[in-house]
Amino acid sequence: MSRSFKIDRKYVPMLATICLFVAGYVIGAIQYPGMARPQTFFNLFIDNAFLLIASTGLTLVILSGGIDLSVGAVIALTSVAAAYLMEHTGLSSLIVIPLMLLMGAAFGALMGGIIHVFKVQPFIVTLAGMFFARGMAFFISLDAITITDPFYRTLSLARIHLIGKSFVSVHVIIAFVVLAVFMYLAHLTHFGRTVYAMGGNEQSARLMGLAVGRTKVLVYTLGGFCSALAGLVFSNNLLSGHGLYANGLEMEAIAAVIIGGTLLTGGVGYVFGTMFGVLVNGLIQVLIIFNGELSSWWTRIVIGLLTLVFILVQSTFASMRRRQASIKPARKRPAAASDGLAAPDTPPS
Amino acid sequence: MADSDQVILTMKGISRAFPGVQALQDVDFNLRRGEIHALMGENGAGKSTLIKVLTGVEAPDTGVITLEDKEVQVRSPQHAQELGISTVYQEINLCPNLTVAENILIGREPRRTGRIDWKRMNAQAVDILERVDIGIDVTQTLGSYSVAIQQMVAIVRALDVASTKILILDEPTSSLDTYETDQLFSVMRKLKGQGTAIIFITHFIDQVYEISDRITILRNGKLVGDYDTNSLTHLELVSNMLGRTLVELDSVSKSRSKLVADGHTSDPVMQARQLGSTGAIDPFDLDLYEGEVVGFAGLLGSGRTEIANLLFGVDKPDHGTLAYNGKAVKKFSPLSSIERGVALSPEDRKAAGIVDELSVRENIVLAMQANRGWLRYLSSAKQTEIADKYIKMLNIVTPSPEQPVKNLSGGNQQKVILARWLATNPQVLILDEPTRGIDVGAKTEIQKLVVSLAEEGKTCIFISSELEEVLRTSDRIVVLRDQEKITELTGDEMNETLIMQTIAGS
Amino acid sequence: MAQSKSFWKRFVDSQIFWPLVALGLIMLFNAFFTPNFFKLEIKDGHLFGSLIDIINRGAPLMILAIGMTMVIATEGVDLSVGAVVAISAAVATVLINPALGQQLIASDKLVENVTATPLPVVILAALLVSALCGLWNGLLVSRGNIQPMVATLVLMVAGRGIAQLITGGQIITVYFTPYFFIGNGYLAGVPFTLFLVAVVGIFTWLLTRKTAVGMFVESVGINVKSSFYSGVNEKNIKLLVYVISGVCAGIAGLIVSSNVKSADANNAGLGFELDAILAVVIGGTLMTGGRFSLAASVIGALVIQSMTTTMYAIGVPAMAAQAVKAVVVMVVILLYSEQFRNVANRVFTRKEVRS
Repeated sequence: MSRSFKIDRKYVPMLATICLFVAGYVIGAIQYPGMARPQTFFNLFIDNAFLLIASTGLTLVILSGGIDLSVGAVIALTSVAAAYLMEHTGLSSLIVIPLMLLMGAAFGALMGGIIHVFKVQPFIVTLAGMFFARGMAFFISLDAITITDPFYRTLSLARIHLIGKSFVSVHVIIAFVVLAVFMYLAHLTHFGRTVYAMGGNEQSARLMGLAVGRTKVLVYTLGGFCSALAGLVFSNNLLSGHGLYANGLEMEAIAAVIIGGTLLTGGVGYVFGTMFGVLVNGLIQVLIIFNGELSSWWTRIVIGLLTLVFILVQSTFASMRRRQASIKPARKRPAAASDGLAAPDTPPS
Repeated sequence: MADSDQVILTMKGISRAFPGVQALQDVDFNLRRGEIHALMGENGAGKSTLIKVLTGVEAPDTGVITLEDKEVQVRSPQHAQELGISTVYQEINLCPNLTVAENILIGREPRRTGRIDWKRMNAQAVDILERVDIGIDVTQTLGSYSVAIQQMVAIVRALDVASTKILILDEPTSSLDTYETDQLFSVMRKLKGQGTAIIFITHFIDQVYEISDRITILRNGKLVGDYDTNSLTHLELVSNMLGRTLVELDSVSKSRSKLVADGHTSDPVMQARQLGSTGAIDPFDLDLYEGEVVGFAGLLGSGRTEIANLLFGVDKPDHGTLAYNGKAVKKFSPLSSIERGVALSPEDRKAAGIVDELSVRENIVLAMQANRGWLRYLSSAKQTEIADKYIKMLNIVTPSPEQPVKNLSGGNQQKVILARWLATNPQVLILDEPTRGIDVGAKTEIQKLVVSLAEEGKTCIFISSELEEVLRTSDRIVVLRDQEKITELTGDEMNETLIMQTIAGS
Repeated sequence: MAQSKSFWKRFVDSQIFWPLVALGLIMLFNAFFTPNFFKLEIKDGHLFGSLIDIINRGAPLMILAIGMTMVIATEGVDLSVGAVVAISAAVATVLINPALGQQLIASDKLVENVTATPLPVVILAALLVSALCGLWNGLLVSRGNIQPMVATLVLMVAGRGIAQLITGGQIITVYFTPYFFIGNGYLAGVPFTLFLVAVVGIFTWLLTRKTAVGMFVESVGINVKSSFYSGVNEKNIKLLVYVISGVCAGIAGLIVSSNVKSADANNAGLGFELDAILAVVIGGTLMTGGRFSLAASVIGALVIQSMTTTMYAIGVPAMAAQAVKAVVVMVVILLYSEQFRNVANRVFTRKEVRS
């Protein structure tokens, strides 16, 4: 087993997703000329910017060994609350936007706090959080609210031109900034490495003197922040807010994270991979639209199957690793081990 | 006290009581710079309590700890680390998904303008590992290395986190094989040479002699004494640890010796031919006859548990054949073994034995019910009857059969598991470490039970780390080393010296 | 006297006690704040009233909670029940109305009171498909060694897509009176759904308490390895509970679609998985598996349903009621949490010491 192969292996799930996306897109472009247009490609980012933001936040939560099921509900709540504040209280979007981000972060912090202090499973707490957020959205308004705030409208329509006539929205820029920040956080800060450590073995992380509790609360806080930001982008896109928006989106986000190569049990994966998870999700929708014959529900089925494949591959990997670890190599191949190690004082009998 | 300047730590008059137990009573302990000091004792002797007092997990009721001539009170594990006392546990408390470098340096990562400087971190990790002569790729995940390496990374981390003066190794070798143990020992010697004082806790007597300079022995919460390793014989060590003469069961064994002398007239109950499983146990032959106790002697990881698991069908062999009453075994699973009349009381009582929240009654009937299948449910009256029968027979101390088994003491839990298997009326009973971690009284009861079961015509396999226990109960002893069945000893060959020599491979 | 005291103590200690207290509190609240809450009327020989309504509307949830209890007892969870409800509803309605809904939505007159498939076949087919869904989950968990939450997530994501595939993306309406009976009928003056709950409840009770299945389920939930070593076929036990959960979801799907006389692949059974899990949690079965009580979960389901109904009664909009439910449920879970109990214990013991 050569060294380079080993290094490759931890990237395998993410590389597989990237290949899947590229291959899928190329095949699509050959089949449907419309897909070869640059704008179709950029639309993929425009349409999925909010999902990318939400999934990025969720990636960190999942890496820490947790889960956040409240993503979709917080998006809906943010959209309604923002719309209500702008339309019915006349607050400027410049105040509403930071307020909403603060609300999302506070909501995440609350959930993280309960998970940490009361040791309740994250899955239960965020489930309740999901109910709560969606319910609150309907407390604010039962109907959809259209947003007329001028700055919000400008932001929504702003186009950033790239090659030729093709463009992306501001949302894409926001999404990429979030992605970059989270990549930095995950791989180049002590906080990020603590997140990975917790996902690998929380008990050990605690015994290693890492601030597990604080990190956990912070992870959910960032998750809530991302959901709120995704909610703003979502409502900015549609220029309205409604409690029914983003129904079941948490599942799409989880699927994107898993397809992006992150282990659902935590500790293994890359924030960068999540982007491709989101893109694969978008690509399937695009392919189905271009195909024209397949109905939209195939998206869900295909996403479900892809998620399954990734889960199966990862669980196979995990059991392979376990088996390797359980087989004691030393006696069978002392030579292999000793090339890296100083020869022990007494050679093995 | 010529070398009192060498003493780094003294613990004097340490006592600690828990409800119902005097865990430590007036224990003295001292440790010198640059020595490897073995702390020995049976389970329940007070070793772990002493370590907990030293590392600030438990506060002593009385007693004084002096570290480098200063009296200290260790308030918490963190405080212990600040004082330079680090512990590495048997279960490696590191993160397998992080790289080796991270595992060593997380919390103190070198940074450049706020962000982690991976290059420097890896270089530092390599440096630190080189200090103990380990040269491995630190950018690989920890999980991709063997347990031994992981253990050494844990040690290195412990040394590096604080300027460790005292390193406590709590049964570090339990899951290591001989070669890995040697690796660990060379690291320990290296550290010793650098002046670190090491407290080494282990069950393996030969390892104590191989590595330690001094031995402190505890028994029932009291200090037996501390000795220079060179001046203490094996027998003295064992008898100091056990603190009792070895007569109790001798009479039982002797009355049985004629049975063995008769030789095996009947056909074997179980017959393994070149049975083996890659990576667990090399192919072996084994015949088991009616009415005998076969002891397995060997260290942990020598293959004794692996053979038990194969015979019981927990693991599937990839080599050879197994026959039961002359018929070839095709299906390897616990259930099919139970149907055949084979039973296994597993090594790890907590993880694979008891179902802790179920009642004593349910725990006793579980295997019997599994054998009957889900439809032929034993009525609760019948279940209680069975449970009562075995509670009486095995003298299980429990307020009622409805008591959750987790509330019972270790010895009684072990008896519940024995009851579970006796209820299935097995022909072959495999007992893997049935006396581990239980009090002496229960130990003797279980040993007697094994012998009497054999007298009834059952076949018993008795596996234990305690050699003299195997010697006393067995009619025949299979010696294992290094995942290999080395030999079978009978009659006069069955003596401690020969077995030890065989195990040691000399 | 001593006898009755020990009975009382047993009752207080039993898993069913606290869910009953919760139910009692909600009822008490209603006694004061909801007019006519306890009023029962007999119209056309049928019982009517808020209480009957709770039982009738809560029936699918009670049935789901029964299946979910067994899954959770094995330290699992079934997130796909909502999707399976939709699949079951889709299968049933498509078999009754094979025209895939196209012209039928426009005019009910075209197919009045007919079915394309005999009702027993419809029911059997729906339950069979649901059982297959459960089998799929069970195989992934027991044979694929995938975490239950992850394994059932797959069907949760894909399940609604499958339901839409079956219905062709339409909301299928049916007009077939015998089918309506399942969700709306009355038998001996009480809703038929109550009988369904009773049948499912008795069946699962017999299965878990009069055969060894219950003991095996608890044993597997507490310690898989010990169970395996004791000869319990832990894989098949896991398989079984997911199949049961699937069938329960299938029955719930029949009730739901019969109730609204249609199947909507997107919305049928939406959020049911969450309600069912919460019912089990309120019922005191731990998410970490082990000891379970079917009756306590059924009462947990009633707690959730009566909470919902109460909120409707005092004018909280249906969707907004979720928020209140979430808060109540969170409080219940925190009360069950060890940390909270430790704090409570400390407070109590300190008081005792002082006094």
